[in-house]
Amino acid sequence: MNLCFEELPLASLPPGKAGQVARVQGGRGVALRLARLGIRPGAVVRLVNSGPFAGPLLVEVEGLRVALGRGVARRIFVRPLP
Amino acid sequence: MKRIALVGQPNAGKSTLFNALVGYRAVASNFPGTTVELLRGKALVGGRPVEIVDLPGTYSLLAGDRAEQLARDFLTSGEVDVVVNVLDASLLSRSLELTLELAELGFPLVVCLNMLDEAKHKGIEIDGERLSALLGVPVVGTVAARGVGLKRLLSAILDARPARPRRYSADVERAISRVEEVSGPLAEASGLPPRYVAIRLLAGDSSPEGLAEPDLSPEIEAAREELRRARGEDPALVLSAERHASAVRLFEEVAKVGHARVGWRERADDVLMHPLLAYPILAAVLFGLFWLVFRVGGTLEGLLLPPLEGLSDWLGAALGGGLVAQLLVGAFQGLWAGVAIVLPYLVPFLFLLALLEDVGYLPRVGYLLDALMHRMGLHGKSVIPFLLGYGCSVPAVLATRILENDRDRLVTAGLAVMVPCAGRAIVVFGLVGRYVGPGWALFLYVLNLAVIALAGWVLKRVFPGTGPGLILEIPPYRLPALRTLLGKVWLRLKDFVVVAWPLLVGTSAAFALIEALGWAGMLNSGVRFLTWPLGIPAPAGVPLVFGILRKELSLVMLTQAFGTADLSLALSQGQMLVFAGFVLFYMPCLATLAALGRELGWKRTALVLLLTTGVALLVGLFLRSLALLV
Repeated sequence: MNLCFEELPLASLPPGKAGQVARVQGGRGVALRLARLGIRPGAVVRLVNSGPFAGPLLVEVEGLRVALGRGVARRIFVRPLP
Repeated sequence: MKRIALVGQPNAGKSTLFNALVGYRAVASNFPGTTVELLRGKALVGGRPVEIVDLPGTYSLLAGDRAEQLARDFLTSGEVDVVVNVLDASLLSRSLELTLELAELGFPLVVCLNMLDEAKHKGIEIDGERLSALLGVPVVGTVAARGVGLKRLLSAILDARPARPRRYSADVERAISRVEEVSGPLAEASGLPPRYVAIRLLAGDSSPEGLAEPDLSPEIEAAREELRRARGEDPALVLSAERHASAVRLFEEVAKVGHARVGWRERADDVLMHPLLAYPILAAVLFGLFWLVFRVGGTLEGLLLPPLEGLSDWLGAALGGGLVAQLLVGAFQGLWAGVAIVLPYLVPFLFLLALLEDVGYLPRVGYLLDALMHRMGLHGKSVIPFLLGYGCSVPAVLATRILENDRDRLVTAGLAVMVPCAGRAIVVFGLVGRYVGPGWALFLYVLNLAVIALAGWVLKRVFPGTGPGLILEIPPYRLPALRTLLGKVWLRLKDFVVVAWPLLVGTSAAFALIEALGWAGMLNSGVRFLTWPLGIPAPAGVPLVFGILRKELSLVMLTQAFGTADLSLALSQGQMLVFAGFVLFYMPCLATLAALGRELGWKRTALVLLLTTGVALLVGLFLRSLALLV
């Protein structure tokens, strides 16, 4: 049960660090669109960098880069990996 | 004739492959009932001609945006004989998810492992024969950008077979059978494989083709509910996760992953997407684009214009002053205007835009400007229609289909048509750039951006609500094949040559006739309500009216209206600024209106029309008062 406490929003990962997706909050529409790009529970996501001015996040998943708006990123919770 | 569809995920190199297979004989046509472009062309397979269709990139058959829906509906409409599934070999695992879906659809299939060189670069080695044995379909490796493997791909089409569908976990299979029991008659009516129909209904997708029979839904809903309870997730997500797991297993059986090489393309983003450096670079790229277009276009125009003008004068003198002579001279003027005024700017512009697009910079601009777009209630994906708008408003309107909801599409389309297309660029470059100075041409572009941002800010308040936010794949940088770039330029240029040029010639002749018959005055006083407040001389009215056909006409016809190629004799610099500023914003051209009408509906098109013309008047008045001050 301890694991629950380690879940944090994707945007809170330090740049360059990776995390494993724990859950994707919100409707099935967004979850499906993310899943198609490989962002689904269990996937390992690395935060490449986050844009300035509260801009989007750039993440890497399965060797692919994806831009995620802040609103979308807020719904993704990860467990940080060492 | 057999019809072969190229189906693949975005950025898999489908268009490059299509260009390589079909060459310059590609024809753009529309999906039935829409303006979404569909590229068709012919190739020889086993000595017989076949039609090859390039469908929009789609991640999954469970459609997301409108382009994906159209691709899927085209596949299920029964018009396709063979599917060539184009995969990015360097992203094999993810690409196979779509392959597994296509297997369920039951088409004779060929798997094309494209971009094998990229895969090698990433250290991925793929056993094609093993993949072929596991899927039960021919597998061909290609590097479309360098023309490798195309012959083998074409001959493999003869051996296309339906792929072996994969099994899901037992509980999912049970749910599928449960749905299949009631959906059998539906599948029969639609002509689609019963298993595919059942899976789609289980995923909750019953959208088109009357797949949703109300009296069936309780049983289907019960199956969905049972699966949802057992897995704690929406059935669509369960199915997608299972396919993902299948694809990963398949990938592990056929591929070995070694060491990836890291080159400039992997490092480029460290600079080009750097939080601080990225923005000056973006500004430099856009500025460089316009500077190049202006330099190349201006030089060519300067070379071509004088001799052609001389020729036109000579023709006028040689033919005498009769009505027929005036008509001929008018038609000739339209012809040379196309060569000397339009093409010099259009060709370099289209080429550079295609280059930015194919190198992969465009999605990065979307990433960089996401925060800015939020101020307009949009997100970064809307940048792509905007940038395409600098080429032509029609593809810009069509590109709004990559957006997920209606509101975003309306707002983006309304703003994107205000982006000066190449036709309007010609008015800005050829009038303001040439007579007032390049700095003022740039000023108009900056003003245009500011007005669009302001209009966006206002629209955000009129149409509140935010879309689901940015989810955009950022593909690796690629060196595009020259052939693909030229193919793209030619496809867009074809529209000018086939549609606009005859229109230029025709209207120039018509204008000569109007002048000869003395009707120009009537038309000019008809639009005096526009030209008067703007402080533009009355004879400029007709060119404004004809600009609705094609924006370039406004400039070309100015020279006719005033009877001189040196417009500085007829208009003051301030008037030129006002004229060009008005042309930038007012009413989109007919082709754009048609695209808007079909994409958004006529009511909303009328709204866009009102918005743009209102903005144009305001901008014109602003520029007029500015000209008085400077």
